[in-house]
Amino acid sequence: MNNNGQEKITYEIKPPRGLIKIDFKEIWQYRDLLYILIWRNIKIRYKQTVVGVGWAIFQPLVTMAIFTVFFGRLAKIPSDGIPYPIFVYAGLLYWNYFSSALTTASDSLIEDESIIKKVYFPRIIVPISTAATPIIDFFFSMLVLFILMLVFHFTPNFWGILLIPVLILITFVAASGLGLFLASLNVKYRDVRYILGFFIQILFFVSPIIYPASIVPAKFKLIFYLNPMSGVITLARDTLLHHFSPNWLLLLISFGTSLIFIIGGTIYFRKTERFIADIL
Amino acid sequence: MTKSVIKVQNLGKKYKIGLREPYYSLRDSVANLFKKKKPRDEFCALQGINFEVKEGEVLGIIGPNGAGKSTLLKVISRITPPTTGRVLIQGKIASLLEVGTGFHPELTGRENIYLSGAVLGMSRAEISKKFNQIVEFSGISQFIDTPVKRYSSGMYVRLAFSVAAHLEPDILIIDEVLAVGDANFQKKCLGKMGEVSQGGRTVLLVSHNMHSILSLSSRCLFLSKGKLIQSGEPEKVVKAYRESASGNSQGKTNLTKAAHYGDGSACFTHISLRDPEGNPIFVTGCNIEVELTIKAYENISNANVAIVISDEQENRLIDVNTLIKGYSLDLKKKQQAKVIFLLKNVRLQPGVYTVAVWMGAFASHEIDAAKYASSFEMEARREDVLYTSPFPGVYACEFDYKIKKDRGKGI
Repeated sequence: MNNNGQEKITYEIKPPRGLIKIDFKEIWQYRDLLYILIWRNIKIRYKQTVVGVGWAIFQPLVTMAIFTVFFGRLAKIPSDGIPYPIFVYAGLLYWNYFSSALTTASDSLIEDESIIKKVYFPRIIVPISTAATPIIDFFFSMLVLFILMLVFHFTPNFWGILLIPVLILITFVAASGLGLFLASLNVKYRDVRYILGFFIQILFFVSPIIYPASIVPAKFKLIFYLNPMSGVITLARDTLLHHFSPNWLLLLISFGTSLIFIIGGTIYFRKTERFIADIL
Repeated sequence: MTKSVIKVQNLGKKYKIGLREPYYSLRDSVANLFKKKKPRDEFCALQGINFEVKEGEVLGIIGPNGAGKSTLLKVISRITPPTTGRVLIQGKIASLLEVGTGFHPELTGRENIYLSGAVLGMSRAEISKKFNQIVEFSGISQFIDTPVKRYSSGMYVRLAFSVAAHLEPDILIIDEVLAVGDANFQKKCLGKMGEVSQGGRTVLLVSHNMHSILSLSSRCLFLSKGKLIQSGEPEKVVKAYRESASGNSQGKTNLTKAAHYGDGSACFTHISLRDPEGNPIFVTGCNIEVELTIKAYENISNANVAIVISDEQENRLIDVNTLIKGYSLDLKKKQQAKVIFLLKNVRLQPGVYTVAVWMGAFASHEIDAAKYASSFEMEARREDVLYTSPFPGVYACEFDYKIKKDRGKGI
C-alpha cells in the first residue's frame, strides 16, 4: 500500500494450484485495513444502544448473578474455596471473549460479502479483525473483575496481572484458528450457523467455567486440557485469585493447542479463500 | 516508449454450475459422498482471452449482458481466480465495481470516508491527507457527521464517488458505476477521471453507455459469450458491437412465434425498427422507421393498423395508427403487405421501450395484436452525454434558455 518510490508492484494472477503460502508481507501491507475494520466493528457494535459499552459490563455481571444462584447456591458446585461470584466471573470473562470472537468470526465472511465480492484484499483480514474486536469488551469486563476483587478483598498480584495479556492472546489465537476454519466452512455450508450454537454450548460445559478444573478426574485431565480454554481459565484463576505461580506446562499446552488451531484453520482457509467470491 | 502494464494471456474462467448456486447444504454433500460423481455442468464465463493494456491507456470493454465483462474485471482485480491462463500486472490496482464499496449505513459520512478509502486501498495517512478535499468535492460537508443511512441516495452517491475520485492507483478498474449520480456531479467525476487518465494512469472501463465509451476510451474491446470478438479503435469496435446487436430483438423480429391475440384472419409476421440509415440505433430526437409485415389468411377490409410504444413501466407513450391519417387497409386472402410508419423527431428520454402492434377492423374487432412485438433502446445524444439518465420525465423536449438577473439588491 505504501509507495516505495518508482518501484511498482508486479504480480501475476494464475489459476491456484496446490498449497498456497501465506503472504505475510502482503498482510502487513494491508495492516491499515485490518485496523480500520476493527475500528468499524467496534463503532457499529454499540451504535444506537442507550447503554453502549455498558453492555460489556452488565452482560457478564448478570450472568454471574444467575450462575451464582443456580450453580453456586442451589447446585452447590465447589469453587476451590473462592467466593462463587468472583470464581465464576473470572472464568466467564475469558469465555465470553472466546465465544463472541468465535461466533462473529464464523459469520464474518458472510457479513462482509459485499466488500469481498467487489474488492481484493487478503481475505484473512476479515475473520481476524472480527475475532480481535471483542477484546474491547474483555477490557471493560476486566476492569469490573478488579472492582470485584476489591469488594471480595483479593489483592492483585504480579503473576496474575502479567499473565492477562498472555492468556487473552492464547484465547485470541484459539478463537481465530477455529473461526477461520468455521468461516470458510460457513461460506460453503450455511449449516455451520446452526451447528455453532450447539458447539459453543458443549464447549462451555467442557471448559471449567462453572466448576473448577480440580474436580475433573485424573484420567480425563489430558483430554480436558487439550481445550485451550481449560488451560486459560485455570491459569487465570490460579494466578489472580489463588496467587499461585503459573503452571508453565499448562501454559505451554494451551499455547501449543491454540497454535495447532490457528495453523489448521489458516491452511483450510487458504485452500478455500480464492474461491470465496465465487461461492458467497 | 509506453510499456504494457496489464498482460492477459489465454485467460479462461469456468464456473461449475453448482458453484453458482446460493449455497451448498451439508446434507447434499454427505449424500454425494456415497454417490458416483457425476460430471458437473460447466459454464465458460471467459475463454482464451488475450490482450495487453499500455500505460496511460483508457480501455473500454463492451458487449451484451453475460458476455463476461464483469468476470474479466473481477479476474484482473484479483477478486476471483482464473481457471486457465494468466494475467501479469504492474502497479497498484483499485477497482470500482460498485458505488460505495465498504460503506456502512450506521456510520457517519466522516467514518465512511475512512472505511471506504481503506477498503479501496488507501492508507490511513493518505485518507487523512485528502480528507478535506474529499469532503469539499462531495459538497455535503454539513452532513459529514450524520449517519449515511439518513442520506438521500444522491448524497450517498456523491460521497461514495468523492472517495473513489481521490484514489491514486496506477490502474483503475470501473464497472458501470458511472450510470448513477446526478448529472452535474457525474460531469465533475468524469472530469476528475479525465485527470486520472492524463496523469499516466491506466483505466479499464466497462459500460453499456456507448457514448461514455466513445468519449472516454482510447481503445476498446468487444466481448461476447466469453470470447474476445474485436479490439481496436473505439469507433470501429462500437460499430461492430451495434451491428451484431441488430440480430437480436432490436432490428427485425419474426413475430410468427410471438404471443398474439385476435381473430387471426390476418397476422403480423415481422416487425423491424431502424433509423433512416437502416441501423437499429436510436438516439433521442432521431427518426424511427417501423416496418410491419402483414399476411392475410382471409379477406379483410377497413383494417386500422397501429403501433403503441410504451416505457418499462408500461405507460403508453406513443400511439400511432393509419386511421389518424384516414387510411384503412384492405387485403385479399393470402395477400401480403408492408406498413411502414415513419416516426419523426422521437424525443423520448434514454431508456428501453417496448413496441406493441395492433390491427382491427373497428375499435372492438381485433384482427391481430401482439403486446411485446419488439423493443428498442433509446440512447442519449452524444452531445448530451453529461446530462443524461438521472433526469426524470419521459419526453425530452428541445429547449433553449435565457437568464435574466436583477441587480442583486432584493426587494
